[in-house]
Amino acid sequence: MGDKLLNAFVTGGVLCVIAQILVDKTKLTSARIMVMYVTLGVLLGGIGIYQKLVDFGGAGATVPLMGFGYNLAKGVMKEVDQNGLLGAFTGGIKSAAGGITAAIFFGYIASLIAKSKGRR
Amino acid sequence: MQKLYNSKEYQKYVDKKSPNSKLGLNMLKAFLTGGTICVIGQLLTNYFNSRDLDQIDAATLTSMCLILFSVILTALDLYFYIGKFGGAGASIPITGFANSIVSPAMEFKTEGYVMGVGAKMFLIAGPVLVYGISSSVLLGLIYYIVK
Repeated sequence: MGDKLLNAFVTGGVLCVIAQILVDKTKLTSARIMVMYVTLGVLLGGIGIYQKLVDFGGAGATVPLMGFGYNLAKGVMKEVDQNGLLGAFTGGIKSAAGGITAAIFFGYIASLIAKSKGRR
Repeated sequence: MQKLYNSKEYQKYVDKKSPNSKLGLNMLKAFLTGGTICVIGQLLTNYFNSRDLDQIDAATLTSMCLILFSVILTALDLYFYIGKFGGAGASIPITGFANSIVSPAMEFKTEGYVMGVGAKMFLIAGPVLVYGISSSVLLGLIYYIVK
């Protein structure tokens, strides 16, 4: 179990370091990097490489945004296997539904309650 | 002090003067922050797995918990400091995605609950969803054809 935690730490850490290098060395905004990571996650998930990273790093691979892309890819392919072409349109969001809905719902509630300090 | 004539020269001057160790330090901070968030995720996954949930439900619940933590920290104005320290280490994990939703929603509350909170919460999450979902549909179409 300790191994699993260490693998998650290293995998997640490395994925974030790559993004940090992109932030510091290029003029890419963090929004662009987030978009890149998700799209790359879909691609790597589609060709089966990301699964290997998930097998090794566990949450270290699924928690970063690339894991969100991988999740979309996995859902789409599973649903295409089961339902054919329709799955290409239903599978992605279905498998990411919990996260997306939680982010929107919790986020909305929080924004009702909390006030921004407005320093960004 | 040398004289600077245009913005290009100024940029060169800034690059020369800024410390080289900055990237190294930022990388270390990103590594520690991102790694720690993922370890928390792994601890949650281990816990949900031990409660006889299957892999998929455990992963979904892990994401939801991390998102909830991040939303609370953002509402309390604490995620700002994690982001300031961790840089990409704070924005790349799913917690950063949640933060990118709540933060503008809170900030643009003054513009109303529909076009302020409702619209601006997708300032960064919107593009992420558009490109993520669109590329997944493309993948699904290709997978359907080649499979």
